Amino acid sequence: MTSIPNVFTQDELGWTPWLEPLAESELTERHWTGLVDASRSKSPYFMLLAHDPEVLEARTKADKDIFYNPNGGLPRAERELSATATSRHNGCIFCASVHSRFASTHSKRRDDVQRLLDEGIGADLGERWNAVKDAAVALTDTPISFGPDNIAKLRAAGLDDFEITDVISASAFFNWANRLMLSLGEPLPANAA
Amino acid sequence: MSSDLIDQVLSITPGSHLDQLRRHREVARDNIQKAYEALFTPHDASQVTALERFAIASFVTGLHGQIVLADHYAQALSDSEGGIAIAALINDEIERGTTEGPYGVYLAGPLSAENKVGPLYSVAPANRSHIGNKLSAALEHAHLLVFRPRDASKAALQALVDAGWSTPAVVTISQLVAYLAFQVRIVEGLSTLAATVATTPGLPKVTPASAIA
Repeated sequence: MTSIPNVFTQDELGWTPWLEPLAESELTERHWTGLVDASRSKSPYFMLLAHDPEVLEARTKADKDIFYNPNGGLPRAERELSATATSRHNGCIFCASVHSRFASTHSKRRDDVQRLLDEGIGADLGERWNAVKDAAVALTDTPISFGPDNIAKLRAAGLDDFEITDVISASAFFNWANRLMLSLGEPLPANAA
Repeated sequence: MSSDLIDQVLSITPGSHLDQLRRHREVARDNIQKAYEALFTPHDASQVTALERFAIASFVTGLHGQIVLADHYAQALSDSEGGIAIAALINDEIERGTTEGPYGVYLAGPLSAENKVGPLYSVAPANRSHIGNKLSAALEHAHLLVFRPRDASKAALQALVDAGWSTPAVVTISQLVAYLAFQVRIVEGLSTLAATVATTPGLPKVTPASAIA
């Protein structure tokens, strides 16, 4: 009997759905298009979302552009920081595990990332990272508490408006992703997946 | 020419500052719109009807207090067949359901210290008898996802199934609420950014990296 992870971690976790994903034998051309990458047919998460393939396709393409587009804007590490802070605030242990690892890999600041996971959204990560983290957290509040002060702090930390837009997009996107991951299944220890 | 909803609700004109910022991530921009179209003019509306989609959207954006989108979806609901009959009821439920999030309870362990309790929403009995158990269950699930996503559970998902929603319907409803949580934040974030640009004298004009490269 393995136990469900109950702390934030940078370790690799598994995830198991609470509803039946599609089986590969059920996939039509419409589903394959929705999966975007054929390899995603190996993921129970994407195979569950493939029940609504048009939405999945748009979700996946938006995700990739917001996080992977290398053309200017915010460094990848800080897009991942925005995603991690959002996931930490919403309480998505699975999403935070994936994106904290990416934040660490791209920033080489694993200890700072770990402090965000351990101490939570009040962790002091230095001026620039605090500005990104606090903006992501304010965007995650409902009602949204993001305001001119957040933008002033981001600008004071040296971010231009293209970078600020990436902070907003990454946090907003994880307010989408967290709600799917949290509500359609649960994390597992990696070796139990 | 623009049929993009975010451009419409924020009155973004071609070549403006926000237009440049959005077009810097053109694939995301296009697919945010495509997701909206896939959710509200779906390929298959047999599992979740247009009326149900707009009722949930009006509720979710109203709970967020994001006025321009709440107005958009309230109007779309009223314009849907049968929508006028429930629009006032949805407004009533928005008032009843409004609170502050995220809150919720973690699985017992070190994170229990961060547990934050808050209201557990359910549709008012009189309204439930009017819109039925099925749509009521969807609104209750939407409230859970909006304000206390960490409280999501297998039992909460089962409540949707028990109310008569199929697995594809549950996936669509989950995407709908999650997408709207995203959309309100994009709109709120960009409008806040635009407002500070207008009030920050001497802000240096930024050039998109794509124009430099």
